[in-house]
Amino acid sequence: MKTLVWVEHDNAVVKDATLAVVTAAAQLGEVHLLVAGSGCRAVADAAAQIAGVGKVHLADDAAYEHGLAENVAPLVAELMGHHDAFVVPATTTGKNIAPRVAALLDVMQISDILSVEGEKTFTRPIYAGNAIATVESSDAKLVITVRGTAFAKAEATGGSGTVEDVSGAGDAGLSSFVGAELAKSERPELTSAKIIVSGGRALKDSETFESIILPLADKLGAGVGASRAAVDAGYVPNDYQVGQTGKIVAPEVYIAVGISGAIQHLAGMKDSKTIIAINKDEDAPIFQVADIGLVADLFNAVPELTGKL
Amino acid sequence: MKIIVPVKRVIDYNVKPRVKADGTGVDLANVKMSMNPFDEIAVEEAIRIKEAGKAEEIIAVSVGPAKAAETLRTALAMGADRAILVETDAEVEPLAVAKILKAIVGEENPGLVILGKQAIDDDSNQTGQMLAALLGRPQGTFANKIEIDGEQVAVTREVDGGLETVKLSLPAIVTTDLRLNEPRYASLPNIMKAKKKQLDTKSPADYGVDITPRLKTLKVSEPPVRSAGIKIADVDALVAKLKEMGVA
Repeated sequence: MKTLVWVEHDNAVVKDATLAVVTAAAQLGEVHLLVAGSGCRAVADAAAQIAGVGKVHLADDAAYEHGLAENVAPLVAELMGHHDAFVVPATTTGKNIAPRVAALLDVMQISDILSVEGEKTFTRPIYAGNAIATVESSDAKLVITVRGTAFAKAEATGGSGTVEDVSGAGDAGLSSFVGAELAKSERPELTSAKIIVSGGRALKDSETFESIILPLADKLGAGVGASRAAVDAGYVPNDYQVGQTGKIVAPEVYIAVGISGAIQHLAGMKDSKTIIAINKDEDAPIFQVADIGLVADLFNAVPELTGKL
Repeated sequence: MKIIVPVKRVIDYNVKPRVKADGTGVDLANVKMSMNPFDEIAVEEAIRIKEAGKAEEIIAVSVGPAKAAETLRTALAMGADRAILVETDAEVEPLAVAKILKAIVGEENPGLVILGKQAIDDDSNQTGQMLAALLGRPQGTFANKIEIDGEQVAVTREVDGGLETVKLSLPAIVTTDLRLNEPRYASLPNIMKAKKKQLDTKSPADYGVDITPRLKTLKVSEPPVRSAGIKIADVDALVAKLKEMGVA
């Protein structure tokens, strides 16, 4: 089987999300990559170094700069003429593009796979991760999004792929990019952080969130996450949200501070290796999944913890 | 313009789903069902656009069993004008739903179709994108803000690194994210009035759509259970644990 992997990038560097997808794709067969963007030859060259990669298709065109699905999907659909599977990370970019490709190919997408069980058989979480479905596709071509935390990352170097230029129809004339407000953070990116400190509604406001959570995160070199309640209340931006509808993370250590542990939040973090919960309500559902629980008032416990590390 | 809002009847988001012992699926017998939360946000947004004088009619559509009519009545009570139920007891995959919606869009010609970004049962996050592809129309997924300006709509999207804004030419397909709005509750008088609003019942065959699933579910199982953890007494014990794990 020949797979085509979507390379997640910002026109400058390959994002980590790509590496786990390469691992998943390698379990299906030959791995080809697609780098679509603008002025992104360096990305293609770097992608060619990923271990296990064969051909890298480079589509360098202003129309692909911001990954607009309307422009990218027809390009992918055309390349799928000689590939059997389109495999993308389950990031917002991947989730935006892949179903559009699937519909153009008249196939069902298999979303957010956790494992490859056979050539056309996969497992995926449903009902906020409260059940795992094993599904088999009957479609001639596969379109798959991959849960990054479920697969090991391929080595970023050691490969010897070849870069080949491809061109598509370019601008479909349906949409245009206006601008982006991207959160700037010096901290580790949430989906690849080894340690995450997450705060919930109990943190009261954004100043309190910052003064309690950030020093602990910095001390541990951790990424910072939040529950939906903390995001909705405006303590932190939406891209901090961990959960069914936010980011899915599986760090070595996840420290949940003042988070009750609703089903939707657990969906995003319950595959973490060690879960630590700090909550003053000893009946909070978070303690049912926590490996280590501390029943304490976070306003005392967290600064004390930070101080003692 | 018209707005079409597809809504799905799903397990209530507060219910903890139970996997059936025989591994054939999740037990939905006698479980509370509700409108998918993202679809409530979609209905609310359509109503706000109408209230702002930018839409004349809102049509709520659902594909599902007879009981999905209740979900449509909820949309009507919130403020949708009429509803279409495409009735089937089969489980319908996103691709088939998108094809049915495409046929309805062909008949109704809406300026906007607003869907939820994902249903909380199958967690697919596909239908809106698929519909946009089938219609050859632009898509504004994971919308945090929607601004209609003449023949265009600006959609601010929730993306991994923050927010981004795209401009789409109308007609367009938009899918809602959580923070687009706060859906209203239907008042009792509006629930009563909703009972008199038009609700047409159709079948997938009426639209010539084959709903045979492309994915076969071989089994549904419980996720791995985490082994019980320990409670520790104080911060010093936590510090010791963190040191033991080598993270501090």
